[in-house]
Amino acid sequence: MAQFLFLLFAIFTVLCAVGVVVNKNAVNASICLILCLVGVAGLFVQLDAYLLAFVLLLVYAGAVAALFLFIVMLLDVQGKETFGLRGIRTIAGFVAFALLLAGIGSVALKGQIVSSPPVSVAGGAQLKLYAYQLFTTYLLPVQIIGFLLLISMLGVIVLSKKHEITEDAP
Amino acid sequence: MMTASLNAYVIVSAVLFAIGFFGVLIRRNTLIVFMSLELMLIASTLALVAFSRVNGTMDGNVFVFFILTVAAAEVAVGLAIIVALFRRRHTVQIDQLDTLKN
Repeated sequence: MAQFLFLLFAIFTVLCAVGVVVNKNAVNASICLILCLVGVAGLFVQLDAYLLAFVLLLVYAGAVAALFLFIVMLLDVQGKETFGLRGIRTIAGFVAFALLLAGIGSVALKGQIVSSPPVSVAGGAQLKLYAYQLFTTYLLPVQIIGFLLLISMLGVIVLSKKHEITEDAP
Repeated sequence: MMTASLNAYVIVSAVLFAIGFFGVLIRRNTLIVFMSLELMLIASTLALVAFSRVNGTMDGNVFVFFILTVAAAEVAVGLAIIVALFRRRHTVQIDQLDTLKN
């Protein structure tokens, strides 16, 4: 059953990721991104990372993808993109994709990552474990992340305001 | 509940990364390039969570926590830059943003 669920979520995630890349319409691409994130959250649940799955849905599918949709709507980008498969960039893209696929194939066929049997973590204690780690081992990174969020907020405000000032100047 | 092997998770994460990379290289719309970047980031978090689960430690999961936070900040700043760019140049197509070329 769990194997079937893994296959289901993996195939769903990969298909939605392909949808993000090949979609001409930016709105459809961001909807595909949301679906892909839901699939990844399902994979997280199968890895017993319930809190991360929930945070992924809240932060990514809720805030980030909605922000993408909002910007797509704001910019009103028409579907005029030339999706032509030409030029050196496309060749480079295909070569890089083929190289990555070759790497994946060699992992799938030859490589076997030896690992100790998975240690089961009690589901209810997970949140406490997160909190303990965040407030003891990773206390300094938490504070730095807080400052980073503040700085990015200020940066976004400056970026949104600056243009009007420079437009008035000349 | 983990029955699929670690290999399977790593392969899924690598395939996601490859698709995102392909999107970054091949698409011309800046917004979709940005979405493909997010896809690559998500692929790396999937690998981190899988390795952390197999090792039985919490470190990978906590690290993914930080990655999610940084990604949220990055998306906010990046989209603000794209909006500023659009206001100035009235386009978001990459091949028209070639001021440095000439």
